[in-house]
Amino acid sequence: MSVVTLTVNGQDVAVPAGASLLEATRAAEAGVPTLCHLEGLSPVAACRLCLVEVEGSGKLLTACSTQAAEGMVVHTHTPRLREYRRMTVELFFAEGNHVCAVCVANTHCELQDMAVTVGMDHSRFPYQYPQRSVDASHPQFSLDHNRCILCTRCVRVCDEIEGAHVWDIGSRGGQCHIVAGLDEPWGQVQACTSCGKCVEVCPTGALFRNTDTTAEKQPNTTLPALLRTAREQHRWHNQ
Amino acid sequence: MTPSPPAAKLRLATVWLAGCSGCHMSFLDLDEFLFDLAEKVDVVFSPVGTDAKIYPENVDIALVEGAVANVDNLELALQVRERTGLVISFGDCAVTANVPGLRNLLDGGHDSARAVLERGYLELADATGQLPFAPGIVPELLPKVLPLHEVIPVDLYLPGCPPSAERIREAITPLLAGERPTMEGAAMLRFG
Repeated sequence: MSVVTLTVNGQDVAVPAGASLLEATRAAEAGVPTLCHLEGLSPVAACRLCLVEVEGSGKLLTACSTQAAEGMVVHTHTPRLREYRRMTVELFFAEGNHVCAVCVANTHCELQDMAVTVGMDHSRFPYQYPQRSVDASHPQFSLDHNRCILCTRCVRVCDEIEGAHVWDIGSRGGQCHIVAGLDEPWGQVQACTSCGKCVEVCPTGALFRNTDTTAEKQPNTTLPALLRTAREQHRWHNQ
Repeated sequence: MTPSPPAAKLRLATVWLAGCSGCHMSFLDLDEFLFDLAEKVDVVFSPVGTDAKIYPENVDIALVEGAVANVDNLELALQVRERTGLVISFGDCAVTANVPGLRNLLDGGHDSARAVLERGYLELADATGQLPFAPGIVPELLPKVLPLHEVIPVDLYLPGCPPSAERIREAITPLLAGERPTMEGAAMLRFG
């Protein structure tokens, strides 16, 4: 197996050729934050939290979707990156309708945790209060667009792991939202197998079981990695 | 040797705007620490600590609970800023508008006062529903519910719904010694 060697925050690391910059930063235990990334799913660089500085590159690069290359000099926590990350999380909060206190995912929410990670004590951006809906047409699950950060984990897990491809992104820009089937009520989409994987990997309270109320959601985000390893390597993590 | 005069106590206020008073309940959860606090501060204005109705001058520290939702909240918030050294946004309603801010969803926040009153008093009422009209008695709602820092400059943010007594103690103890608390990590910062 060929390896590439690079420097992350002054530390030399070696990763397999083809590995992402994110894997390299993790080898260096640099603690680069992520929201849309999930082991077992393809990278999309949607959340922008894993932006890093690579010397010689004129722009910031998303670590999850950039391949590590020989001799790269990477910085993960410069003052500029810290400021951008905090700003990004503030924009997530300001752009949706996130009310932690009354959310199904309170205490188990990756966005709530990320606010702590980036040191957000308030939003410097005014809250937008967009008009968004709740799709409660499915017998077991609901989708609350107010809490969606468009990470597309649900889109990817349904397509890449379950193979049903129920979810997509509709519209553009600030109007972007998750759509079920051909923009139908979720409960009417025949392709949905009701497997619940989208609910398990959702980082916020956007997708939840109807039986869960405030602070009761208990997601299991390890499912995609577990299933992918089982299929491709015929090995279960827990064996 | 003559004993030195006791150091002047800090003047502390706690303020209740549009919130559920849960942050104040959490403040009371400080239990025996309240005795230590009482040795170091004079509580000069507080819904749970004094009977004062007028916000006094020369307040050193104010814990302000709640969002700014009506004209009374707005007037008091402006007085607090003018008469206080260090203003703390106390709890998620003050920091984010939180649950009181949910009425902003009714029409994008442009005139959610009208929308919320019509919803509550007309749409959900029986045939005798009517909008409340009591000028000068019940404070008028503002068109949009705002976090405190969108109305006045805020010096310190203490999030949580409510912030735990432990978090409140950790935040105000350094202030009593003239220092700033370190607001980092899940123990001090988590919303909700």
